Amino acid sequence: MALIQISEPGQSSKPHERKLAVGIDLGTTNSLVATVRSGKAVTLPDEKGEHLLPSVVYYAKDKSILVGTAAKQHKITDPLNTITSVKRYMGRSLEDIKAKESPLHYEFVQTDSNVPRIKTQAGNVSAIEVSAEILSVLKQRAELSLGDELTGAVITVPAYFDDAQRQATKDAARLAGLNVLRLINEPTAAAVAYGLDKISNGVIAVYDLGGGTFDISILRVTQGVFEVLATAGDTALGGDDFDNVIANWIKQQLDLDADIDKSLRNQITHAACQAKQTLTTERSADITIKFPDKEATLTLSREQLNSLIDPLIKKTLLPCRRALRDAQVELEEIKAVVMVGGSTRVLRVRDKVGEFFQQQPMVDSNPDTVVALGAEIQADVLVGNKAESDLLLLDVVPLSLGLETMGELVEKIIPRNTTIPVTRAQDFTTYKDGQTAMSIHVVQGERELVSDCRSLGRFSLKGIPPLVAGSARIRVTFEVDADGLLHVSAREETTGVESGIEVKPSYGLTDSEIEKMLLDSMEHAEEDIAARMLHEQQVEADRVLEALAAALEDDGDILSEQERQKIDAAAQQLAKIKTGNDDRAIKQAMQELDKVAEVFVSRRMDSNIRKAMAGHNVDEFKAQD
Amino acid sequence: MSITLTEKAAEHVKEFFANRGKGVALRLGVKTTGCSGMAYVMEFADSIEDTDEVFESHGVKVIVDKKSLIYLAGTELDYTKEGLNEGFQFNNPNVKDSCGCGESFTV
Repeated sequence: MALIQISEPGQSSKPHERKLAVGIDLGTTNSLVATVRSGKAVTLPDEKGEHLLPSVVYYAKDKSILVGTAAKQHKITDPLNTITSVKRYMGRSLEDIKAKESPLHYEFVQTDSNVPRIKTQAGNVSAIEVSAEILSVLKQRAELSLGDELTGAVITVPAYFDDAQRQATKDAARLAGLNVLRLINEPTAAAVAYGLDKISNGVIAVYDLGGGTFDISILRVTQGVFEVLATAGDTALGGDDFDNVIANWIKQQLDLDADIDKSLRNQITHAACQAKQTLTTERSADITIKFPDKEATLTLSREQLNSLIDPLIKKTLLPCRRALRDAQVELEEIKAVVMVGGSTRVLRVRDKVGEFFQQQPMVDSNPDTVVALGAEIQADVLVGNKAESDLLLLDVVPLSLGLETMGELVEKIIPRNTTIPVTRAQDFTTYKDGQTAMSIHVVQGERELVSDCRSLGRFSLKGIPPLVAGSARIRVTFEVDADGLLHVSAREETTGVESGIEVKPSYGLTDSEIEKMLLDSMEHAEEDIAARMLHEQQVEADRVLEALAAALEDDGDILSEQERQKIDAAAQQLAKIKTGNDDRAIKQAMQELDKVAEVFVSRRMDSNIRKAMAGHNVDEFKAQD
Repeated sequence: MSITLTEKAAEHVKEFFANRGKGVALRLGVKTTGCSGMAYVMEFADSIEDTDEVFESHGVKVIVDKKSLIYLAGTELDYTKEGLNEGFQFNNPNVKDSCGCGESFTV
């Protein structure tokens, strides 16, 4: 017996053609699924009434798989077969994981496909497969709750997720049998849940302080269209740190050493967390710690708590300032501040954020479920259950996308924080005479040299007609779709030969790595530019020598032996200097060579006017001014 | 014969209207489609038409167009939970046979 929901006027669906959509918040610690019932977005509970599904998967010896609370119980007894926080492995290579995690929490197995697998007693599993188990449970819960199969799902991802991580999330959903309508950024979903698409125009901030991570996003809303202007954050800052400072305070008050036993430490951490929660409603909290021989009771006032956590809150305001700067908006332009994440229940956080943004932050919705609800509202629109909706979510690319050019330099095609979907094209040409193929290396990052950026993939364009260097026209197009996935193609314009790649999850970046890359690009700005100039001069020198050699080959006989010796000496000098790291010296050597080769150039012009008219030889010797 | 709501159904209807923030009545109706003849329509209504009959039950205004009323007269609307699923259910005395899914029916 199907149960019926209230539809919008004129939107009643035909039997068996109901368009059921869900929104999924696939979290590091917990996951949620939401749907719309009679026009109202709600998160769906399991049989026991629990809405949050712990993002934990247990692989048993008999190859059975447990997900959620049941899996979590195995964490202590069987940690290697109980996978927690799998989100941090999504779209990442084994090297990435090793660099981040030491010691490794699991035993990893390298595979040919570059997607590492976690060794469990039920077989080796990839992060994508583990995530798919979590998504399967949520899908099943949704289908039982809605009485039919799902049409599609919107899944949220951190704003910082790169292409590989987004692709991995999509793959996990597909593996779970979900039709992904779209991936949207978590802050964007939260803004939608607050109905901020209804405000006509303005800039809003989403402040997301979870258990272990902090994210700030600046969004612009224009007639219901969302555009993420900038994101920033701190991947190692959250509510757990609040608990830690309170726990340290307790230890200090009780004169406890740092090396107390594990059960006492757990007791203190638990008491700290409880006190934090109590203080969201009460002015003071009693903390009781039980020892084998005695009991100690402390009182923590809200004022004391505030002074303990103020330095941590202050740390969240730095990224806020950075995001505002990146977004190029003034504080006065911020029309609303949305609070997301359980830690925003702490009153001091609300006060300080309010103070920073000079306005009352929005705290009406449950900060734990607001992301899933926003995703569902978007999903409902995408399957067509809303009469007239033009809600369209735009996001940004978190790091610049570009390609490698001669001299291992990065040519940025799509700059950081460009809104997506986006398509940008740029024309490139060949470097050598008769060059018939071009290798295209796609990179991500803010630095000037390829070696400092992240390699996303390579492909080659073959079948370029053999022409003089610089005359072939190759158009390279970078396309980032609405899900943030990158497709790069190259096309030789005269023949139309084409080639391209879709970026696959071979590599991935974490928030902290992205942060690091951004910071590095600022810290190394000077040396980067110096390196760029050096490489540019080296490439130029190579090109000059190459062109000179070709010219000498053709017309060397018009020179006297002495003239030839002079040119050769200058060329040798340049060849020697260019291997050094003084860009000015290279430039000077090129000018020297230019001077001694002047005779050759002018004589060549005389003897072969037609060649000179074609221009390329002369140009090559004059370009260094 | 009128259309009625159970108290539980009325509560949920009010909640959904409050969430939507607008609407003047709950529209019930039937349309000729589906695997077994007719299907129920249940929508938020922002206006009442001349052809509508208006009922009131537990403080909820229900409107039904005259053509649909022939098939809905005497119906009681309930709100039920079946496992994890929940929603509205039509207890319609006119129904002779319904398809397995209950989304459509014949009279």
